[in-house]
Amino acid sequence: MSTAAAPTITYKVPKRRHPVLQFMVQQPLGAGGLVVIVVMIVCALFAPWVAPYDPLTVNYSAMLAAPSTEHWLGTDSFGRDVLSRIIYGSRTALAIGFIASFWGSTVGAVIGVVSAYFGGKTDMVIQRIMDVLLSFPIIVLAITVVAVLGKNIVLGVDINLIIAIGLPMVPKVARVVRSSALAIRELPYVDAARAAGYSHARIIFRHIAPNVVAPYLIMITAFVAQAILAEASLSFLGLGVTEPTPSWGLMLSGADAGFYQQAPWMIVFPGVAISLAVFAFNMFGDSLRDWLDPKIKL
Amino acid sequence: MLRYTVQRILLMVPTLLGVAVLVFFLLRLMPGDPVATMLLGDAGGANIPKEVIEQERARLGLDQPLYVQFVKWLWGVLQGDFGVSMWTGKSVAYEIGIRLELSLQVAVMATIFAVLLALPLGTLSAIFKDSWIDQTIRVFSIAGLAVPSFWLGMIVILLLLTYFSWIPPLTFTSFVDDPWENMSQLIWPALAVGYRYSAVATRMMRSSILEVLQEDYIRTARAKGVAERWVVARHAMRNALLPVVTVIGLEFAFLIGGLVVTEQVFNLNGIGKLFVQAVARSDFTMIQGLVMLVAAFFVLINFMIDMLYAALDPRIRYR
Repeated sequence: MSTAAAPTITYKVPKRRHPVLQFMVQQPLGAGGLVVIVVMIVCALFAPWVAPYDPLTVNYSAMLAAPSTEHWLGTDSFGRDVLSRIIYGSRTALAIGFIASFWGSTVGAVIGVVSAYFGGKTDMVIQRIMDVLLSFPIIVLAITVVAVLGKNIVLGVDINLIIAIGLPMVPKVARVVRSSALAIRELPYVDAARAAGYSHARIIFRHIAPNVVAPYLIMITAFVAQAILAEASLSFLGLGVTEPTPSWGLMLSGADAGFYQQAPWMIVFPGVAISLAVFAFNMFGDSLRDWLDPKIKL
Repeated sequence: MLRYTVQRILLMVPTLLGVAVLVFFLLRLMPGDPVATMLLGDAGGANIPKEVIEQERARLGLDQPLYVQFVKWLWGVLQGDFGVSMWTGKSVAYEIGIRLELSLQVAVMATIFAVLLALPLGTLSAIFKDSWIDQTIRVFSIAGLAVPSFWLGMIVILLLLTYFSWIPPLTFTSFVDDPWENMSQLIWPALAVGYRYSAVATRMMRSSILEVLQEDYIRTARAKGVAERWVVARHAMRNALLPVVTVIGLEFAFLIGGLVVTEQVFNLNGIGKLFVQAVARSDFTMIQGLVMLVAAFFVLINFMIDMLYAALDPRIRYR
């Protein structure tokens, strides 16, 4: 038994890598973005353990302190630790970014598929409504909606702010998804499903929707970045998140011109945090598009 | 061509009407009462007799049924009368008029900056695809999309303040009065806004050139021995420009919106700042006027782009 080892024949089977690994290898820039995103999510989830200080604790003895070993990124005009506020701010940014992008893209995708599936008058009417929404600049639409709805805070998150930030995404996603769905509607298997007598809802959700998942996923990631930017802009204008909730945009508006010169770290680091987050999501979204479906234009 | 033009003009009508309906009725859902906001603002929160409020509401026409208000307002807009600001009491057209010059100038300057940066960068990026040049330019342009323009503005002010002890002036100097002063004031906001703008255009230019370089006529040009730089300059760039022009046009329309935040940072009294103030003061007529202006801008530029496409590509107008 142990004497003659049977000659083993090895076949060169092309190794099938795990899709995540495959993505990481093919899209190094996207992988970098993904790493930043994961780090941010971890920081947000475990903020109380990661952050060195409480983000709300006012410390008048350390007002406008420069970055040091004690306060890595310095303190603001209330003596609050900037690093801790940025870490807690990532909770606000990510929560609003993900939820707004998710609802905006999902509603947009459903509208797009429905519009493409029914065609004709339905399509015409839906597209005209989308045209109307598209002719507002994002921030103008968001500000108007915020002003109209006011505040409605549930579980520490302003629901109306999320509605306002997600709304401008709806027509954009609807457009892209519609054009993908139009091509799918013409395929024989959709005809077959129709001939088999399935309901509209079944055909839309079981037969067409799964085929437009790629543009949908790409748009969700791309719009998380936009949502984070929109949240920062609105909070900066005083129309978004309000004190004392830590938010990156709010940290920039709290830094009134007087403190600019004395304590530049107050405005430099929150801005870096916004840029880095948006940059990471854009990188990841871009690479995801190249990887899944290079033809989609955002 | 005429048929197509008329068709496109007719398509603009429902869009603008939709914007008018949406903004008008959306604003009426707003919790604040513009009259109360205005009077309380003046009297510092003192109690105001009901009669005064009612009188004021009647004066502004707010006591009439909504559809009457809407038809009246729309009729006025069609004749070029956007009504009277509920806050300042002056006409909306006047309030916008005195600020439009500033915002338009910043927008135009940002556009020029963006185009000057985007065309060469996008082309270089496409020619040297996947090289370090391409990667650097791509990172630079994705960063442009990521950096919030208002923060970039703050950093610029901070640098100017630290190194040149320069503070953004409080009053706007017209270009006609003092071109130098005017430029030194507006160049910074234009740069801050233009960076993001150029990033969008650079990316479009890159992908557009890459697409055109795949075309048969490029291969033909190369085959007949045209030098590569002429292939790019003569054959590729020209045909790649159309989508880039589209993006630049659409972004220009949205720039008015992008200025909302940047004007706040640079303390510029333009359209964007007016909009934020109008929202804070529940100045319905002003918000309506501004939204209509921006939407009209957008629709008009869209129309012009469509016309340009049709003029350049006969396949579109005979579809």
